[in-house]
Amino acid sequence: MIIKAEGLKKTFRVGFRRKEIEALKGLDLEIEKGEIFGFLGPNGAGKTTTIKILVGLIKPSAGKAWVMNQPVGTVSAREKLGFLPEQPYFYDYLTGEEFLNFCSRFFPFTEQERKKRINHLLELVGLERARDLALRKYSKGMLQRIGLAQALINDPELVILDEPLTGLDPIGRKEMRDLISQLGKENKTVFFSTHILSDVEVICDRVGIIHQGKLLGVGLLEDLYKKTIKEWELQAEVRNEQLLARLNQLSEEKNLPMLWQKERVLIRTADEEEAQSLLKLIFEGGGKILEYTVKRESLEDFFWKVVEKEDRQ
Amino acid sequence: MKKIWAIAFNTFQENIRDRILYNLLVFALIMIVLSIALVQLSTGEWERITINVGLGSISIFGSLIAIFLGITLVSKEIERRTIFTLLSKPISRTGFLLGKYLGLLFTILVNTVIMIIVYLVVLKILKGSFSWSQAQALILLLIKFAIIVAIALFFSSFSTPTLSAIFTLAVFVIGHLTSDIKTFGEHSKYLAYKYLAKMIYYIIPNLSNYSWLDKATYGIIMPAKEFILTILIGIITAGFILALSSLILERRDFI
Repeated sequence: MIIKAEGLKKTFRVGFRRKEIEALKGLDLEIEKGEIFGFLGPNGAGKTTTIKILVGLIKPSAGKAWVMNQPVGTVSAREKLGFLPEQPYFYDYLTGEEFLNFCSRFFPFTEQERKKRINHLLELVGLERARDLALRKYSKGMLQRIGLAQALINDPELVILDEPLTGLDPIGRKEMRDLISQLGKENKTVFFSTHILSDVEVICDRVGIIHQGKLLGVGLLEDLYKKTIKEWELQAEVRNEQLLARLNQLSEEKNLPMLWQKERVLIRTADEEEAQSLLKLIFEGGGKILEYTVKRESLEDFFWKVVEKEDRQ
Repeated sequence: MKKIWAIAFNTFQENIRDRILYNLLVFALIMIVLSIALVQLSTGEWERITINVGLGSISIFGSLIAIFLGITLVSKEIERRTIFTLLSKPISRTGFLLGKYLGLLFTILVNTVIMIIVYLVVLKILKGSFSWSQAQALILLLIKFAIIVAIALFFSSFSTPTLSAIFTLAVFVIGHLTSDIKTFGEHSKYLAYKYLAKMIYYIIPNLSNYSWLDKATYGIIMPAKEFILTILIGIITAGFILALSSLILERRDFI
């Protein structure tokens, strides 16, 4: 287990009256080695709070968490960890290379290794030509990339990225997504938060949905995808009288709407078994299948359905 | 330890690339030269006045640099969110604080040395003499700066830059007056004031202990034992304030 959290709670006190705000309400989480985990939730759901607890910037009010079997907040928990904060700002008076050099000073590199690692990372994130440029002159996309480079300086086992794709232009997003996928291929564990679902679809193995400080569900993206299936749609050409009669009979019996246009029929059903048996029936009865498709609701709709359900409760 | 040095060096680098520092330093140097030059217009004991004004300028500008750089030290890291990246590296918060402190102390040391060099050059041109008592005053001044930086760091470890500036300036002023406040308190009719004065005297570091400027003007040398003791007390005071800041920083959430 590379990340483990048990009943994490965090209460912030804000304002003059020290009003309590519950940012996390008992979060449990288990992340396996080598997976790319998408931490999904609307703004203010508790994503950043969770992440900051994991990297030791915030102390939980209750509950416990471990990264790489070390309790969070300890120095040893951060030895093999890389972290890219949300909308990172770095020391803008340093050049890209100086910044990576500074970050490398917290790890036991020899001078030669250090140089090699910095060169490798600058190349990886495509900033070799900007290595001598002060960070204040970097664009947002470049800052995000140098941010990723600093997170990888110690060749970490676990990389935690807070909204790595937010605020980037389409090209920047694609580059960042590719870099994250690349990390997955190198068998690193990546834990990243986002509120944009299309990111998750492209790069994640598993996702967790967080809303109002609670984890609403964790699952493989495939499983989650199964839940997004709305109905099966079948289009066929039926010239056989017998089959036609059988279909009409079924339509009445099961109250299944069928749309006829001359010999063509369109059938929609929410039941997979029913769809399969209809397919078989038409095929064996001499009909011609024109189209058989799975209609999904978008992940976006699914996400909001889950969130709304929670809100209603 | 290496990690602390990394932060210290980075802090020093940050400071020397900061224009504010140069502005302050250039202004300080001009002031030192100008005030000493102006003093020559006065009649009488110009050498004493030269020493007094020169050391005084170093004291004032050194303190200003210590206060303002000290305050921005931690709060700037938090405000610019650079601390998120830094503290996610394997370094303790105490290590971070120490690194910042040492970096700033080194910046101030370099600054003060530059001011001292200018002072010595001016003194030489005016054929004034540099004595051990003046050196003592300068060494104690450095100890005072070390305490001021620690105080600034303490406040900026939990409050905003503006509030830290106000608090630090307040402690700076009160710190120079603690003995007077205590004396006033002892003579006061009001019990509340008596205790308040006593409390201030014991809580706020007595910065006037490190002011040997006036005595140095007259070439009075602080006895060796007292001198060493004062330095030791200064170092312990700064250490204590740093330990307190570290306690606060260790408990703090970085939202």
